[in-house]
Amino acid sequence: MLDGKPPGERIPILKMGEFLLVTIQVEMHDRLVMTLQDELTYQIVQHRARGVLIDISALEIVDSFIGRALGNIASMARILDAETVVVGMRPAVAITLVELGLSLEGVRTALNAEKGMALIRRRLGRTGELDGAGS
Amino acid sequence: MVDRQSRLAAIVRQHESHILANWIDLLAKSGSRTLDRAEAEHHARAFIRLLVEAMEADASGKIDGPAWAKARDMLAGLSASRARQGSTPTETATFVFSFKEPLFARLQQEYRSDAEALARELWTATLLLDRLGLFTTEAFQKSREDVIARQQRELLELSTPVVSLWEGILAVPLIGTLDSERTQVVMENLLQRIVDTGASIAIMDITGVPTVDTLVAQHLLKTVGAARLMGAECIISGIRPQIAQTIVHLGVDLGGVATKATLADALVLAMGRVGATVTRTATRA
Repeated sequence: MLDGKPPGERIPILKMGEFLLVTIQVEMHDRLVMTLQDELTYQIVQHRARGVLIDISALEIVDSFIGRALGNIASMARILDAETVVVGMRPAVAITLVELGLSLEGVRTALNAEKGMALIRRRLGRTGELDGAGS
Repeated sequence: MVDRQSRLAAIVRQHESHILANWIDLLAKSGSRTLDRAEAEHHARAFIRLLVEAMEADASGKIDGPAWAKARDMLAGLSASRARQGSTPTETATFVFSFKEPLFARLQQEYRSDAEALARELWTATLLLDRLGLFTTEAFQKSREDVIARQQRELLELSTPVVSLWEGILAVPLIGTLDSERTQVVMENLLQRIVDTGASIAIMDITGVPTVDTLVAQHLLKTVGAARLMGAECIISGIRPQIAQTIVHLGVDLGGVATKATLADALVLAMGRVGATVTRTATRA
């Protein structure tokens, strides 16, 4: 990573079988979201991921830029043929996005990570237990 | 100024019983329809006593000082109780204004020989009583506004329940016009319940919404959008024939939102989505 960045300034992308897990645990700012966009698209291609789950349950504040960027990231992942689902959005965040006119059309959503994973597996036609390995 | 004002207080105190008797006669004659004589007398006596006390303590003629607190409270209470009994603000204010007549009569006798002093005292007394009279009107209005604000709040809470219909299925029966304030409340309630119950489907029933114009439709779609961002699908039900016609004529695009004519149909659809079926175990009688 670039020098001078504190250790918390990076959003981890976890690979679990053919899925990628992104959990946003820090407040987003513009540069962070651009870094995430770069890394996620790179890793989807590298790992040939079929599903991406983005957990934003810790995200409390969004502005129009972050909201749009989240939608863009989800759309990019889908173009790369990975089923993408955004999970855990807080009510306040949902209301803010809708009021901003960002209803994130075309982005799949789920209430929590468990439901999100079930949704991805259903879309991919996977069955079986939610072991996360998927193979 | 101080000198003159305190003279007014002294005059009223000195001739209190006489002025009071005259005033009560006058009140009885004017025939305030909602008050009996005993009550009017009680109020009049209390008012004069507080008036004298306040004038002696604070002779500036400004009734918003601390010395006038008791007199203000008494008038506010009087105003509120009369408002409840259905008196008009005019009737309440007249109670205070009618005090002028006996008071002025008394002042005239006091200053029989000094026209200049009489005019001065009359002016002071007029200013004072006018302020007090207007104060009762303001108090009346304020008590009415409180009632309206309370009712508005109650209406807002009353009309936005979120009902759990089945495991994972919520219903929002909307009643009344959907303005932006109510949309906000509905949205917040619904989203919170989605979090609490983990529901995946919400049915918005608009049977009780009198008209759907572009603004109402926009509010509905906003709520649908917010619920979708939380991972819950929305179904709009209770669309009456006229509403369907209006929606199409207005060119409102309900997008990909599932719509049903009745709540029953919506429930069947919702149960299908969550993987439940309803079967009848016996034929209806």
